[in-house]
Amino acid sequence: MRVGLFIPCYVDQFYPGAAIATLQLLEKLGVEVVYPANQTCCGQPMANSGFEHLTHGCNELFIKNFDGFDYIVAPSGSCVLHVRDHLHDDKQEDKAKDVRSRVYELTTFLTDVLKVKSLPAKFPHKVGMHQSCHGQRGLHISSMSELVAPSFSKPGSLLAMVEGIEIVPLNRIDECCGFGGTFCVAEEAVSAKMGKDRVDDHLEHGAEYITGVDMSCLMHMEGILKRKGSKVKVLHIAQILNGSPTP
Amino acid sequence: MHTEGKDHAELADIFNKDEKRVDWHDETLWFIRAKRDKAVHQLPEWEDLRNTASQIKHNVLSNLDKYLVEFEAQAQANGITVHWAADAAEHNRIVHQLIKDEGVTQMVKSKSMLTEECGLNEYLAEHGIEVIDSDLGERIVQLAKEPPSHIVLPCIHKKKGEIGDLFHMYLGTPSGLDDPQQLTEAARIHLRDTFLTRKVALTGVNFAIAETGEFVVCTNEGNADMGAHLANVHIACMGIEKIIPQRKHLSVFLRLLTRSATGQPITTYSSHFKKPREGQQMHLVLVDNGRTVQLGREEFRNSLKCIRCGACMNTCPVYRRSGGHSYHTAVAGPIGSILAPNLDMKKYADLPFASTLCGSCSNVCPVKIDIHDQLYKWRQVLVKEGYAPTVKKVGMQVMTTTLNSPTVYRLAGKMGRIVMKYAPFAVNNGLNPWYKNRDMPEPPKESFGEWYKKNRK
Ligand code: SF4
Repeated sequence: MRVGLFIPCYVDQFYPGAAIATLQLLEKLGVEVVYPANQTCCGQPMANSGFEHLTHGCNELFIKNFDGFDYIVAPSGSCVLHVRDHLHDDKQEDKAKDVRSRVYELTTFLTDVLKVKSLPAKFPHKVGMHQSCHGQRGLHISSMSELVAPSFSKPGSLLAMVEGIEIVPLNRIDECCGFGGTFCVAEEAVSAKMGKDRVDDHLEHGAEYITGVDMSCLMHMEGILKRKGSKVKVLHIAQILNGSPTP
Repeated sequence: MHTEGKDHAELADIFNKDEKRVDWHDETLWFIRAKRDKAVHQLPEWEDLRNTASQIKHNVLSNLDKYLVEFEAQAQANGITVHWAADAAEHNRIVHQLIKDEGVTQMVKSKSMLTEECGLNEYLAEHGIEVIDSDLGERIVQLAKEPPSHIVLPCIHKKKGEIGDLFHMYLGTPSGLDDPQQLTEAARIHLRDTFLTRKVALTGVNFAIAETGEFVVCTNEGNADMGAHLANVHIACMGIEKIIPQRKHLSVFLRLLTRSATGQPITTYSSHFKKPREGQQMHLVLVDNGRTVQLGREEFRNSLKCIRCGACMNTCPVYRRSGGHSYHTAVAGPIGSILAPNLDMKKYADLPFASTLCGSCSNVCPVKIDIHDQLYKWRQVLVKEGYAPTVKKVGMQVMTTTLNSPTVYRLAGKMGRIVMKYAPFAVNNGLNPWYKNRDMPEPPKESFGEWYKKNRK
């Protein structure tokens, strides 16, 4: 099985630790992983701002980089959702369609494709799990509080395999953190307030770390934690599952 | 409300100056959202109900002309006078004429978001007609000279003490009163007097049944009934999308409506109006006001399924922290942000961007409107139509150029990290909205791409 590793632009630039953990974890699980060097971004920042018509270049590049892999895996629910829902290319729609169907968010790939049953990871800490909306509600990687349906969580089931970890309960299990891409600057006041409230829920329950499947939400919450002078750290879920928490 | 010219972000920024108030607003609405969750989780068939409701509305929207004509014929046969209004102005003129015909200058009104949408109160005031809103929440905002901030809970933004002050000023209650029961009692006496003296009463319509020509008005206070039953003339105003085909369909919607709105199993009063009583006149105004245009916009037509339960507002993390008035339109929140640009793209171009696209609204919606997807689609339409600010357009072009070329991207990333490391003041300053309440991420010494090149291959 050959997997193309897609590392979103801001993870590449700001959070290489999350990307390294993703790569190492997949390798540990026996997957042949290739990181195509010429990748940039999925185009979501433009699309969600209303400039989907400017994403042709990103789409073309994405297809060029990832065409032909058995699977494409990314440590980001949000970017994967964007590719799944919005990646098109009029000139090669067949290939675009193929790419859309092969792209996976990391934890879903682990639970649904690799069917991981155990992980050699230990993390004896109190951890708050942030449900990132795009992965949760968009990709259905976990159940949501709005629906009357059985509850499940793909990232949660993986974290349960980690030795010593304690997942703290939250008052609002799946409230949005307020990052929202360009929303975080265009609607600064509301975004920051949402982030503060989200972080406070984790802090109130004694979390030592906040984790999740989207580094973007975590980056937003990290900014707020640091501003507060809090010692609580954010970690991408791959860093915990890989057993190497230092970014 | 002085919202003139300010967009959602600016109005939300003002609202957020008082953080304690934001907390209170957020918690009050979250309490209702939690009540809704509890109520719906008691019904194992909840998702089936949502599907059924969505399908019934789908049928309605696909056959709206047919059902409207059927409804009109049945209503007329029942003795109701039916009027058609193409837009808000025509609606207001019709209502005004009916009041004039009765020879009065006063009217009592029960809750109707449609009349808010049409600006009826202001119009009638300009024409010397006094309108008293009889829904308690609406009456409160009316006294405060504000529009409702929520379609189901019009004064959810007001605290008890503030309501006490208003009642002290206008209804003569003792100052400093903030006991809900005493305040409600004062309102009751005031409104009772209004009901007894008004000859014309206006109500909204929650559902209109094509099969029977009747309409249903849902209230928790019984105020619509009191107004309508005591008046000589009952005027009911409805958007043309409120039609449902048959009486049996009502059971689906009545089960969904209040559970979604407040977590109650059913509204206290679900009043059926079918024909005027002896000597009474009953008028029904069917209003389009942009609805057929929205029906023609294939990507947005689903928004007409809305039954105005307000659940999308209660669940919306942005609404809860920005307040209804920040949406500067009659219907606030996620659904309002889809409906408003249909009426005026320029004026409401900001609203589809007032969302993180978290998707909670779509999943809470009892008629399964794809709200967050429509917000995304509106963004595309608005930018194409030229309503994006120039700064944003330029920024997006630069970003596109950078991301289209791996070489430029790598260089820009490296430069960015260097700037952040050695000249943090270039990003950590007041001009960077991120930095106002958040720290920037610490720039790592190398990107993942750089690490990979060294460590693999
Ligand atoms: S869009 Fe749905 S959730 Fe929102 S008010 Fe309408 S029916 Fe209720």
